Amino acid sequence: MIKSLINLQWKSFFRSASLGKELALRIVMGLFAAYFMLSFLALGVVLYPMIEELYPGQDPLTIVNGMVLQVVMADLLMLFFLRSIPTLSIKPLLVLPLKKGKLIHFLLLKSIFSVFNLFLLLIALPFSIYTVVKGVYGLYDMAIWAVAITALVFVVNYADFFLKQRFSSGLAAILPYVAVVLGLVALEYTGVLEVRKVFGQFLGRLPATPVLLLVLFLLPVVLYWLNYRLMRTTFYLDRSISSRETDKNVSDMGWVRRFGDVAPFLQLDLKLIWRNKRAKATLWMSLFFLTYGLIFYANPVYENMSGWYVFVGIFISGIFMINFGQFIPAWDSAYYGMLMAQPVSLEKYLSSKYSLLSFSTLLLFLLGLPYAYFGWDIVLLNAACVLYNTGVNIPILLFAGAYNKKCIDMDKSSFLNYQGTGIAQFILMIPLIIIPLLLWILCKAIWSIDVALYVIAILGLVGLVLRKVVIKYLAGLYKERKYIALDGFREKEN
Amino acid sequence: MIEIHQLTKKYKADTVLDIDKLHIAAGESVGLVGNNGAGKTTLFSLLLDLVKPTSGYVVNSEIVVDKAESWKAHTSAFIDESFLIGYLTPEEYFYFVGELRGCNRADIDVFLEQYETFFNGEILGRKKYLRDLSKGNQKKVGIVAAFIGSPKVVILDEPFANLDPSTQIRLKELVKRMAENPEMTVLISSHDLLHVTDVCKRIVLLDKGKVIKDLQTTPETLKELEYFFSGASVLRDFGDGESD
Repeated sequence: MIKSLINLQWKSFFRSASLGKELALRIVMGLFAAYFMLSFLALGVVLYPMIEELYPGQDPLTIVNGMVLQVVMADLLMLFFLRSIPTLSIKPLLVLPLKKGKLIHFLLLKSIFSVFNLFLLLIALPFSIYTVVKGVYGLYDMAIWAVAITALVFVVNYADFFLKQRFSSGLAAILPYVAVVLGLVALEYTGVLEVRKVFGQFLGRLPATPVLLLVLFLLPVVLYWLNYRLMRTTFYLDRSISSRETDKNVSDMGWVRRFGDVAPFLQLDLKLIWRNKRAKATLWMSLFFLTYGLIFYANPVYENMSGWYVFVGIFISGIFMINFGQFIPAWDSAYYGMLMAQPVSLEKYLSSKYSLLSFSTLLLFLLGLPYAYFGWDIVLLNAACVLYNTGVNIPILLFAGAYNKKCIDMDKSSFLNYQGTGIAQFILMIPLIIIPLLLWILCKAIWSIDVALYVIAILGLVGLVLRKVVIKYLAGLYKERKYIALDGFREKEN
Repeated sequence: MIEIHQLTKKYKADTVLDIDKLHIAAGESVGLVGNNGAGKTTLFSLLLDLVKPTSGYVVNSEIVVDKAESWKAHTSAFIDESFLIGYLTPEEYFYFVGELRGCNRADIDVFLEQYETFFNGEILGRKKYLRDLSKGNQKKVGIVAAFIGSPKVVILDEPFANLDPSTQIRLKELVKRMAENPEMTVLISSHDLLHVTDVCKRIVLLDKGKVIKDLQTTPETLKELEYFFSGASVLRDFGDGESD
């Protein structure tokens, strides 16, 4: 039974319409995984000598134990954001004579086999082996320690599973857990209770009283059971149906109508962004990346490498433009045929997209104005980057959009959801950022920073002036590619 | 109104549509019947320029559809859910289509009044997104939206499928009324021979991409069609959707 389920998943991967794309993505992700595994392994090997050097005269294991809780929390956070828990399309299986329990156990057990779970062990195991071989600690002590860490890996795995399940029914459902963690952090910082230290002491006492290990292993069992119970109650189709029946707080976005003849599409796009999980995620991401500048501006290392500032300038004001723009017109893929049958010109359609993207760059620039704290030249550079984004990068994005033919399922959120993402989209990010960067470096080397600034800004202005011509050309291109795009959009992803 | 000239559509070696000549006069109501894979949806897609013809062309009131776009102003259609925008409420969707077709909100509000019985209180003012409506209710929205802006050509693919009996009857009345309008040309495809012969004054029978019969509807037409579909070795299909 488990075998046939695995078989089923295997087929769903290899018979998927986008096998080539997924395979390529898997390979890229595999390379990433290998890189991280090697890094963690290296960390595990050098951990002991490193601690010895950083904290001379203290017991390394006590130091490490003191950090375990922190690391475990970080691990949980990483898992929550990066790992997708295994899913199974249950609809066709529900009516078959399969025990529901078995399906759930299958999913829960499968979640153990995740690369993410290896990371912690890759640090812990080399560390224990190193210390035993060097004769610092006894084999028995370190064996108990390694087993304890393994138990924690299970805890993190099922805690993540549990939180994700709760999260699927809304942000509010996980707030209590977030509050507990924040409470612990507060205790730690105010010094009321040193949670890390207490947990470290607990780990340190394990070899003396191995019975406590049972407590540590009881946790994942309890979490497993909680997960099982939660899934059991939600393992019906009607849950997803009934939750959709709630009334929507419908806001009309009527104020958009002021924008003249592009207003209908603009209004539609705003609704699209606001009412669909995936599109909304791009919005949050943009706000999140707004803080990206702090890494560079606040760090004096970058002061003499102004190229980074160009990168940041393009990136911060353009992040929404890049994220949203690269999927034009795929956002409208579900009803592209309908739009094409309506008496509207593609020029109008593209102008509205152009307006939306340029508004976004301007808005993000304004939101980034507090960066003036780090100097007005940064604001000037960012303004030039906004011009460049609007005048040059938006047309590039729209041009690439003409070759989009992958539909987007709007309901899926975007963390590690690569649907509608092709290698083409990754390659696209390079010219958007690299070209202005190279221009900057080149102009700065030949002339001066001021000239470089003017060149970036003037290029943007030229693009802005030629906007109408460019859109007209693009409309022709979109028209030419219409049948191919429609054909591609019809192919629904599973 | 609509003229089809040597129109063919091939997917690789498969010919899915091959119509030498078909003329539809203004004000006609034409029912398109045929089994799955007969080419009905392909024909509609070609009429709307959503698919590129392999050869031949379609003329819509003297405009070749894949050359210019001005025919779109007087042509509207509902083919399937891909004509709906899932994250809009029905009202917003009507307003949006209205804006594209040159009707303001007040026009649309007046327009919607006449469909109150058709909607049966399940569509308007419910604050639900289209994606959360049932298939049947989605269809109602799509069909009514196709009548916005007094189009001269209306194309409906399988309008009766997925509708409950009362709505089917109301839709029949509705389409009949539209078909009587000499200004409006209506094209409908259906698997339901009874409905389509009841509503349309002309029936075109497609089989494997070719026009097999082209009849003016008479009391005998239903019998003739039933004879064809049971006589042809293919089973009659009452499927509620089609995927050709």
